[in-house]
Amino acid sequence: MYTQALNAGPEAAERTIEDAAILARFQERIDAEERIEPNDFMPAAYRKTLIRQISQHAHSEIVGMLPEGNWITRAPSLRRKAALLAKVQDECGHGLYLYAAAETLGVSREELIDQLLSGKAKYSSIFNYPTLSWADIGAIGWLVDGAAIMNQIPLCRCSYGPYARAMIRVCKEESFHQRQGYEIMLALVRGSEAQREMAQDALNRWWWPCLMMFGPPDADSRHSEASTRWKIKRFSNDELRQKFVDATVPQARYLGLTIPDPDLRFNEETGHWDYGAIDWEEFRQVIAGNGPCNADRMAARRKAHEDGAWVREAACAHAAKSRVRAAA
Amino acid sequence: MASGSIRVAETPFVSYLLRRADDALVLGHRLSEWCGHAPMMEEEMALANMGLDLIGQARALYGHAGAVEAAGHDEDDFAYLRDERGYRNLLLVEQRNGDFARTIVRQFLYAAFAEPYWRAMMASRDATLAAIAAKAEKEMTYHVRHCAEWIVRLGDGTAESRTRTIAALTDLWPFTGELFEVDEGDRAVIADGIGIDPETLRVPWRRTVAHVLAEAGLEVPKEGFMRNGGRIGRHSEHLGHLLAEMQYLQRSMPGENW
Ligand SMILES: [Fe+2]
Ligand SMILES: [Fe+2]
Repeated sequence: MYTQALNAGPEAAERTIEDAAILARFQERIDAEERIEPNDFMPAAYRKTLIRQISQHAHSEIVGMLPEGNWITRAPSLRRKAALLAKVQDECGHGLYLYAAAETLGVSREELIDQLLSGKAKYSSIFNYPTLSWADIGAIGWLVDGAAIMNQIPLCRCSYGPYARAMIRVCKEESFHQRQGYEIMLALVRGSEAQREMAQDALNRWWWPCLMMFGPPDADSRHSEASTRWKIKRFSNDELRQKFVDATVPQARYLGLTIPDPDLRFNEETGHWDYGAIDWEEFRQVIAGNGPCNADRMAARRKAHEDGAWVREAACAHAAKSRVRAAA
Repeated sequence: MASGSIRVAETPFVSYLLRRADDALVLGHRLSEWCGHAPMMEEEMALANMGLDLIGQARALYGHAGAVEAAGHDEDDFAYLRDERGYRNLLLVEQRNGDFARTIVRQFLYAAFAEPYWRAMMASRDATLAAIAAKAEKEMTYHVRHCAEWIVRLGDGTAESRTRTIAALTDLWPFTGELFEVDEGDRAVIADGIGIDPETLRVPWRRTVAHVLAEAGLEVPKEGFMRNGGRIGRHSEHLGHLLAEMQYLQRSMPGENW
């Protein structure tokens, strides 16, 4: 998840000439559901697509620590405080596995982080929205982690082995996060009027941005064709979005909360929930850097990176000195 | 007292428990402030781990304090409904994070004490405290090791890291005297075999500190004036801000379930 196919890469132009027979053999392996491993042959465009997707995913985990981190120091009970700190720590762990998975494709974590900090690489649009109340922590766990699970479960069968294996580990934790978020919402709706209002307000603000997490509608989605052929992507953006809506509507009803979409209705013919038009202009603006928190998120990441530079330098200098001393 | 604050019947044993619980919570909270802002991802994980250990210790100790006090107060009442004058933590743990060197030095100075403290407390006559101690001792062993590794890296690393680490040591050293402080109430708890005399930990603490600083090429700061007051609720200005942030929801929407 958190990969919305945001960067249009000029793959076609850069595509190297690869022997048709080797490419055909590669596709046969994919079609036979074999896992591609780091030392196996892979087309340059496959590698590039994966690096982009996995690094966007990793960046999203790391930037995603910030909106929830905003409430760790203000969590309303010690149990919630510990659970939230552990959750945000898990997200950091996800970032670590994913950078490690990307590194198997021949790119370093440092390069990828530089791409994030320079603004060249993207991360999920969802983390550019603010967490304004405690209920937002519930809503993020329930909806954002819920959407992440929808996207990531199929990625557990992704053709690239290291990514698929990272996703299996990540999905287990995401489903725990999702339950934890839902449980926060449940406590709020069972609480006072003010708490219920807080929960509804959070749903009102997070619902549409969560639907945007699945990326542009299929008609406008770049990269999809090749990713599908390579079994990196197994469901289209719209299919995943629909699965999410279908799973979430009953959960909202159980909470007694109203999804902020007057057009939401069950379609007897298709067996799915039809939803209203998504404001894709808002999505484009957030991706373009104009979301409510883009500037704050990037500033926070850059500050952490810059403030930590002397620490990383010291660790390297000590390691180098230790090597010299050991050799002496 | 801030509105909605609880009144705690601070018998010596309840105070003894609250002092340890407040140390753990305030320091755990400070570590949690780093989340998302650490110098590297591995350190995000480590700082969060140590914070979680301490918050866990605080919860166990508050729970026990509630049982001993027997006035119906739970962990959240103690954490969220006492103001700064009711808090009993060491001044050391409420000091601000500052840079990474300062956070690590603060953690090290505390952990180098807490590790042998909890080890000794495993022999407490109070079974609950002994059980809490057994878990905390393992956790603090990791904190000492992790912080010691960093102090060596920072002391030995670059001129800048060395300068920053020396500044942190110099500034935080005057808060270490309080680690060994006891009052009348503590003495009663110690005499009952429930608590232990921190004076017995002075030598092991100093040995750990001196050993790690020597390895880092740093000097143990000179003995001098030591600050205190935290154990009786006379804090630095920093604690009030920490609590205002931490207690915000419990204070603004009192009496709710979360
Ligand atoms: Fe995650
Ligand atoms: Fe998550």
